[in-house]
Order: sequence, then C-alpha cells, then structure tokens
Amino acid sequence: MRYRSVLLKFLSALIVFGSWEIAGRIPVSFAFPTFIESMAAFWTLLVDGRMFVAYVETLKPLVVGVLISASLGIGIGLAIGLSRKFDWLVSPIFVVMQTAPLAALIPLLVMVYGIGLTSKVFVVCIMAMPVIVLNTSGAVRNTPASIIEMGQSFLGTRLDVILKIILPAASPIIFAGLRLGVSAGFIGAILSELKITPTGVGDIITYSRSIADYPSMYAAIFSIILLAVIFLNVLERIEEYLFKGSRQTYVSE
Amino acid sequence: MNDKTSDIENAVSVHNVYKNYGDVEALRDLSLDFPRGQLTSLLGPSGCGKTTLLKIIAGLLRANSGEITVNGQPVAGPGPDRAFVFQDFALLPWANVIRNVAFGLELRGVDRSEREAIAEKYIGDVGLKGFEKSYPHELSGGMRQRVGLARALSVDSQVLLMDEPFSAVDEQTRRKFQEDLLKLVKNESKTFIFVTHSIEEAVYVSDQVAILLPRPSRVSEIIRPEGFRHKDANSIRRDPEYLDIVDRIWASLRTYVE
Ligand SMILES: Nc1ncnc2c1ncn2[C@@H]1O[C@H](COP(=O)(O)OP(=O)(O)OP(=O)(O)O)[C@@H](O)[C@H]1O
Ligand SMILES: [Mg+2]
Repeated sequence: MRYRSVLLKFLSALIVFGSWEIAGRIPVSFAFPTFIESMAAFWTLLVDGRMFVAYVETLKPLVVGVLISASLGIGIGLAIGLSRKFDWLVSPIFVVMQTAPLAALIPLLVMVYGIGLTSKVFVVCIMAMPVIVLNTSGAVRNTPASIIEMGQSFLGTRLDVILKIILPAASPIIFAGLRLGVSAGFIGAILSELKITPTGVGDIITYSRSIADYPSMYAAIFSIILLAVIFLNVLERIEEYLFKGSRQTYVSE
Repeated sequence: MNDKTSDIENAVSVHNVYKNYGDVEALRDLSLDFPRGQLTSLLGPSGCGKTTLLKIIAGLLRANSGEITVNGQPVAGPGPDRAFVFQDFALLPWANVIRNVAFGLELRGVDRSEREAIAEKYIGDVGLKGFEKSYPHELSGGMRQRVGLARALSVDSQVLLMDEPFSAVDEQTRRKFQEDLLKLVKNESKTFIFVTHSIEEAVYVSDQVAILLPRPSRVSEIIRPEGFRHKDANSIRRDPEYLDIVDRIWASLRTYVE
C-alpha cells in the first residue's frame, strides 16, 4: 500500500518533468528551457551559495508575515466565530482582503510603508490572513451544538466551553486553514519581491530574466515550488501527529 | 391507589409551562410534579416535546412562560443538582472514555487523580471496564450511550435527567440496566426523570408514568404503577397489574399512531 503510493507519486513526477523536458526540447518558446537545463542551473545556484543567500532574504518577510497572520488570524477568527457583533464588524474586511486585486494594492503599500521589509510583510499578511481567519471562524461556528450544551449542563464556564470544547473541536479545520495560509503566504513573499524590490529569490528570477538566463530563472521558480511542497508536507505530518487517534467524527445514535 | 403522593415533597415542579420554537408550539400549559426519590417516565409520541421539557428543567432552554422549580428554587440555568444524559450522547470525539466520563467532574474543578478514580468506578458499573482508553469512534452506539450514562452518574447530582438512555443498547443489556436502575432508585435518594419510547420499560421502572399528548404537548394522564413495586425483578414482568397497565397505556397511545 505504502509502496504503491510512493510509486504513484514517482510516476506523477515523471509525467510532469517528462512533459517539461519535451516541451523544452520542441521548444514551446525560446524562453522555455528544458527540465535538464533547469536542474543543472539549479545545481549551480545551490553550490555557489546564491540560492542559500537568496532564501535567507526571502524567508524573512515570509516567516514574520506567517507568524503574524497565524496568531492574529486565529485570534480574530475565534472572536468572529464567537460573537455575532464582531462578525458583522470585522468579517467584511477579510472578505474584501481575500478578493482584492493584490497587485493593485502594492503601489499603495509602498507609498505608505516604503520598499522595505514592512511592505513585504504586509503583502504576505494580506495573502495569508484571510483564509486563516475565515477557516477559524467557520470552524468555531460549526462546533456541534450538542457538545456545547453538554459543557453548559455540566457547569462549564464560558471559558471552559471555549478552551475545552470549541477550540479542540475546531482545531483540525483551523490547522487546515493554517496550511492554506502558509501556501498563500509563499505566493505573497515571492510576489512582493517581484513587485516591490527585487531581493532574494525574486531577485534571481528578475536578474536571470534580464540577462536571458532562462534555466536559472526556472530553477528559481522550481525551488519555490519545491520548498512550498516540502513545508506543507511537514505541516501535514504535524497535523497527523496532533490529531491521531481521535478522528473527528461526530457520531450519534 | 395514590393517596400518599400528596405528602411527598417534590424535587422538581413544572407549572403551566409554554414553549415555542418560532411558529412551532412545542409545549402548551404543561404542568407536572416529580416526587423526590422517585422515578418519573415521560412517555409520548416522537416530536411531542419530551427532550424540550427535559432541557427546560436542565436550564439549557428557557420556557416562554411558566414556573420551573428544583427543590423549591426557580431554575435560572444549569446547576449542580441536575445531571443530563443526552439523547445523542454528546461525547467529545477527541477524548477517550475515561476523560469523557470524568468531564463533568473536570468542569467542576475536581483534580485529576480523584476524578479518574470516580470515573473508573462508574465505567465499571456500566460495563465498560477495559475500554477506558478507547475513543468514541471505536465504540458501538450502545457503548457510547453508556459513556454518557456514566458521565451523568459520576457527578452525583440529586436529579438525573435521562433522555432515552437505553435506546441504543441491546435487549439483554437493556433489561440489566432496567434492573440496575430499579436498585439505584431504591438505594439512593435521587430523583429520576426518564424519557422512553417503550411502554413496558416505562411501567417496569417507574413510580409514575406521565403520558404526553402530541405537539403542543400537555400531560394527558399520570399513571402510578405501585402494586408490584415490592416484587422481585423477574416476577414483575409477569404480574397481572403490570400487564394490565401496559395494555391501558397502549390503548390510550394508539389513538395517536395512525
Ligand atoms: N431547536 C429547535 N428549533 C425548532 N424546532 C425545534 C427545535 N427543537 C425541537 N423542535 C421542535 O419541537 C418539537 C419537540 O421536539 P423534542 O425534541 O422535544 O421532541 P421529543 O419528544 O424529544 O421527540 P423524540 O421522541 O423524537 O426525541 C418537535 O416538533 C421539533 O420539531
Ligand atoms: Mg427527544
């Protein structure tokens, strides 16, 4: 079973990379390198250390932004889920944030916060926060009424009910929101490097394109996807570990 | 037959209670007394408002009007004098059996070793020994129901509100539980309010059976099966009075079953 799933993953990677290689050889466009060329460039970027230096730069706004989004987002999501009034007051902001064309907002951010770290963190937050907030509030609101009633009938205080019933009931969906938020944050971090100031991995992409070194450009893009996939897998493992044994099934009668 | 009821103090009293859910009228002018130390069954067609009445007594729902008192005090919300066995069990899916059973005590601030010792005892009483570390999804419906039962017993309240507590257990276990319940009523000075769909069960375990009308619900009849209470568990089911009362209740309920 396990062996087969590994095999299938390998096969799907083979298909994707194989078609990339073929498309690069035709070539679809003179600016589209083959898979092998891109991997060679990837290797070069790795060994000469440029990739490493670039990621230190890129991860800064990403980590700060994701941390802010997670703590603030879960907090706000909880408040929205628990209070109707807060919901009416705050929810629209996040719905707008989720649908707003980010590219159009970036010049505005740059005007207010300049081209430094602050603006980039903002972009990451705008990308990551809404999905975390909306997932958290939805999960809180969907806690089965019967177990909340149970908590009240056994004399749980409001705080007891929140900490011992609502939060654990909502945590798998909150975690799923966190995962979506992190991947959105990745996109935000790269976008901010492309749109605000070319630093980090964004700089490799912009610079390689300007000197027509397309393999390096695609190597950089590939590295982003690779990192995102690895990171999300790690999160998934943590999730599995946290919620193992207690599947979330609300069985009755 | 029931001259002594008048001088028994009532643990719970419900007077002229009305309850609407929006346009749905669930209870209309319902009054019923629950004598202390006795078991009262609520018997009535599905959807007639039995759960609603129980939740109003528990303080989980507010009546639109009417008076509900527990030990003479008006009900303002849930209290330590009442414990609830939920129709849909209401277990925490992420908590194992022992934590679920001890949860009522956990919320009351009893420390861990003490509450787990108490929970352990009631887990044994409901026949779940060995399943302390299992999670609800690993249990059958009847076993889950017993977890809910043990949780309510472990907080040691004076009034037990039981919403169809034996509905999901098998017939053998059910008969055993009915006998256990009779012992519990006899040995402990608790007041039981018991919802069931089974006429036989109601007559077998109850000191009084309240028959409810279909929605909007009122009490249509109160029957006190007393004649055979002193008999031993097995001969009750063959007692002529027992069989007679079962027939009488069926006759009055069948008019609502189309
Ligand atoms: N939260 C609610 N909102 C609206 N209507 C409700 C609600 N809860 C119950 N009702 C209605 O009130 C009536 C009584 O419901 P209740 O659950 O008390 O019935 P019951 O006697 O316990 O039925 P059963 O034997 O099937 O458990 C039903 O007709 C139901 O439709
Ligand atoms: Mg019911």
